[in-house]
Amino acid sequence: MSTKLRTAVVPYLLSLPAAVWLGAFFVLPLLTILGVSLMTGNSIDGFTLTWNFSIFGDAISTYATQFGRSFLYGGISTAVALVAMYPVAYWIAFHGGRFKSVLLFLLLLPFFVSFVIRILAWQFILADDGIVLGALKSIGLIPDQTHVLSTPFAVVAGLTYDALPFMLLPLYVALQRIDQSHVEAAADLYATAADRFRSVILPLSAPGIYAGIVLVAITNIGDYLSASILGGPSTTMIGNIIQTQYVNNANYPIASALALILMVTLMLAMAVYARVFGTRTLQEHIG
Amino acid sequence: MTGNGEQVPASPAGRPARPDLLRGLTEPRYSRRRFVRGAAGLLAAGSLAGALSACGIAGTRDTGWKDGFDWESWWSEQSKQGTFDFANWPLYIDRTKDGSPTLNDFSEKYGITVNYLPVIQDNASFFAQISPVLQAGQSIGYDMVVISNGWQLTQMIKNHWLIPLDHSRMPNFERYAAQSIRSPNYDPGNKFTVTWQSGITGIAYDTTSIDREIDSFKDLWDPAFAGKVGMMADDTELGSIGMLALGIEPKTSTPADWERAADLLRKQRDAGIVRQYYDQSYIKALQQGDTWISMAWSGDVFQAQLSGNKNLKFVVPKEGVMFWQDNCMIPYHAAHPVDAMMWIDYFYRPEVQALITDWVNYISPVPDAKPIIADKLDDPTVANSPLVFPTPDMERKFVAYYDPTGVEAQLKWTSIFDPIIQS
Amino acid sequence: MRVPLWKRAILPSYVFLVLAVTLVPIIVMIVYSLNDAPHGRLSFSWQGFTTEWYRELFAIPDLTSALVTSLEIAALSTVIAVAIGTPAAIALARHRFRGRAVGDLVILADIAAPSVVVGASLLGLFVYLGVSRGFGTILIAHVAFNVAFVVIVLQSRLQDLDPSLSEAARDLGSSPLNAFWLVTVPVIFPAILSAALLAAALSIDDFIITSFVNGQTLTFPLWVYGSVKVGIPPQVFAMGTVIFLAGVAIAVAGVVNARRSATAS
Repeated sequence: MSTKLRTAVVPYLLSLPAAVWLGAFFVLPLLTILGVSLMTGNSIDGFTLTWNFSIFGDAISTYATQFGRSFLYGGISTAVALVAMYPVAYWIAFHGGRFKSVLLFLLLLPFFVSFVIRILAWQFILADDGIVLGALKSIGLIPDQTHVLSTPFAVVAGLTYDALPFMLLPLYVALQRIDQSHVEAAADLYATAADRFRSVILPLSAPGIYAGIVLVAITNIGDYLSASILGGPSTTMIGNIIQTQYVNNANYPIASALALILMVTLMLAMAVYARVFGTRTLQEHIG
Repeated sequence: MTGNGEQVPASPAGRPARPDLLRGLTEPRYSRRRFVRGAAGLLAAGSLAGALSACGIAGTRDTGWKDGFDWESWWSEQSKQGTFDFANWPLYIDRTKDGSPTLNDFSEKYGITVNYLPVIQDNASFFAQISPVLQAGQSIGYDMVVISNGWQLTQMIKNHWLIPLDHSRMPNFERYAAQSIRSPNYDPGNKFTVTWQSGITGIAYDTTSIDREIDSFKDLWDPAFAGKVGMMADDTELGSIGMLALGIEPKTSTPADWERAADLLRKQRDAGIVRQYYDQSYIKALQQGDTWISMAWSGDVFQAQLSGNKNLKFVVPKEGVMFWQDNCMIPYHAAHPVDAMMWIDYFYRPEVQALITDWVNYISPVPDAKPIIADKLDDPTVANSPLVFPTPDMERKFVAYYDPTGVEAQLKWTSIFDPIIQS
Repeated sequence: MRVPLWKRAILPSYVFLVLAVTLVPIIVMIVYSLNDAPHGRLSFSWQGFTTEWYRELFAIPDLTSALVTSLEIAALSTVIAVAIGTPAAIALARHRFRGRAVGDLVILADIAAPSVVVGASLLGLFVYLGVSRGFGTILIAHVAFNVAFVVIVLQSRLQDLDPSLSEAARDLGSSPLNAFWLVTVPVIFPAILSAALLAAALSIDDFIITSFVNGQTLTFPLWVYGSVKVGIPPQVFAMGTVIFLAGVAIAVAGVVNARRSATAS
């Protein structure tokens, strides 16, 4: 076998195990939902493929509010998580010293405890007359009617909290590989620290920002738990609709159509992001 | 180095000043064509999968046993196997460190090992898990499952996915079962199901925050409680309460009634009276004061009172209370049906029910368990609670749910009530 | 050069503030795992101090086995996802080949796909193939969603890894596999570790997908979620605390280890 041929085969060999696994247990089952979305019928009589393309238009017009809200909540929580975690990742990567892994691990540890426990605890902390709001009310800092739970704020806060590790890790991974010599070289070229950050550190950490946004934005926009547990009467997200339509109502076509619309929109959004902010992966495909 | 430089927000300001630096180290770029080709490849595979499922998804109708099947002679051919698989909800049976005393006693008495599996989290997701299996004509691996009355159970019955119970093998049910749980509207004559435990959906409120008398579902619409009213996110529960508030009997209601109830519920939401449509966490919201008044299940309120929330009060409103039942049933293809029948007969004994009820605290299906809990188990709190052993006055107010006549009716119901909860 | 204030004090304080906020629910969990509960149901109104739930930690056998299952699945799915995700990430980040664009799309789709659709379609596949559901199918499903997260995290490290390193190794006569093990893996090890931690956390928390493919096997989140119906037992908080403290112990061991190797060098 020639070296050239061997080199050409390498990427296929490398991706083969993951490709087989995802092909069999993700792509194959998922592709069927494309067919399902174009069917009509009900669970008892069965669904037949009627090429009902209008379902996509109907789904969008019926649930436009929930789609919009999902992107709003998902977007805000992603931005907050990014701004909140960037300095943390930065400090751990550059100044964490030998405590790097320990700090990372500690920041991650709450997420090894089941979400049920975390949510129960937050509900307790944020109760209307609980340890935080109750205290603020008793000293008259906030009005008696103030509540945090059952509001859009609580949903976004919940989304943000659960996103912290997913933002932290990719940022950290991207930052910790930045060679200090690059930064020092830049120190000779640029006058201010702000310039150095903008010109060297930020661009070099861009892959981490991209990865963090992929992980957080995509999962948060499709989330259903936060809205159903922490939200109020009008905080439903598209994930909740998909959940209810699929599990409770067995309306597979509409649930599949909503899922497809969500996935396609998310991927387009990431493509636009990559194009605007110039980060690898999709950006270079679109060129 | 000076101050604030690194606090520049990373994303919005983000178009890097030096894209070449960003891209400089990266490997060769790809063309738009390749991206399009990738997407086209996915689409092609997608249409292939679409073509594969072109015949559609089979319905669940006709995937159960055939009409006219002779169950009597089938039962006469069955015999005890010495084991059975029982799917239930977590903690829905008496428990000690050595497992469940009733299960252990049953095993000892009859030589039947019970493979007890607390695998059910809620009716809809359990049904979503077992229905493709039953539809494919396969066994779900359980000889007994516990499902609440509702659309999932109705489908189990309508699809012929349940084995009719052999009433000759359950004398204790005939003898001890409470009148209120016999022959429910969704399963006349208890052909397929018997009640495991039951409960009622009424109102609970916090007596420290509300000092007036609460006696009607209309109190959930009181603007004085705006933002402090908890409603349930379950469309069956919510719709039923909406109808009771209007004085409509859910059991015999029509789509026109549902629309009226939905209007009333929508008004309640739009007026800012509803705090949240809760899942089971409504009880926590009540306990910690997030809500003052809420739709509530009797068993939860009873347990909250036991755990120190003496300020919570459960009310059976004058319009009535919704009476629900969690039911035991034998799924089609069950491999150990006789053992499951023996268990049914066993758990309707008052002394067995006493142990289970004293642990679970929902409404007991066997009233005769009451004196045993009071005396032998020495737990008068449970025995004397009307939320566990309802008084005849309360029982007269029990109201049955609407049982969907078919899938169209069910879809109509959800299309009316879901948009209120998920707006 | 004098270390500026923001670097010396403000930034580290901020990091510890964030750490404190993330730990708030954990503190609540620890405190209330010591709360008495006469009727065996967790309560947030204080009933008195007790260590009973630690003494009775394993008193609910099916809860214990659910926790063990969850830990096993988290460990195995993480190892498998890293093992197959790392080479895939290298291929996607560092090689040009046909199918790469599809690969990137599939990874994004894997993260974007709503769990309920993934779970249900996977169950459909297993039922169609007649595969009985249980530990194995949960593991398959968890690896399937973990791989994408591993690939994304690793890609952010790999894409500008200096290729000359492994090329140099290969020029020196080592095979691509050896070059991978000797050069690439050590360099990206922190990224691999991060990806593994993320994958483990995801696996231990998954509820929806697992609830479709679990068959008769229970995981910790499934059990706890189901027990909400009759009231969560206090052991759940005690177990959470034990998991957390075990994690802290590992972290402390890490610090000691780091200090020792620092003094050694």
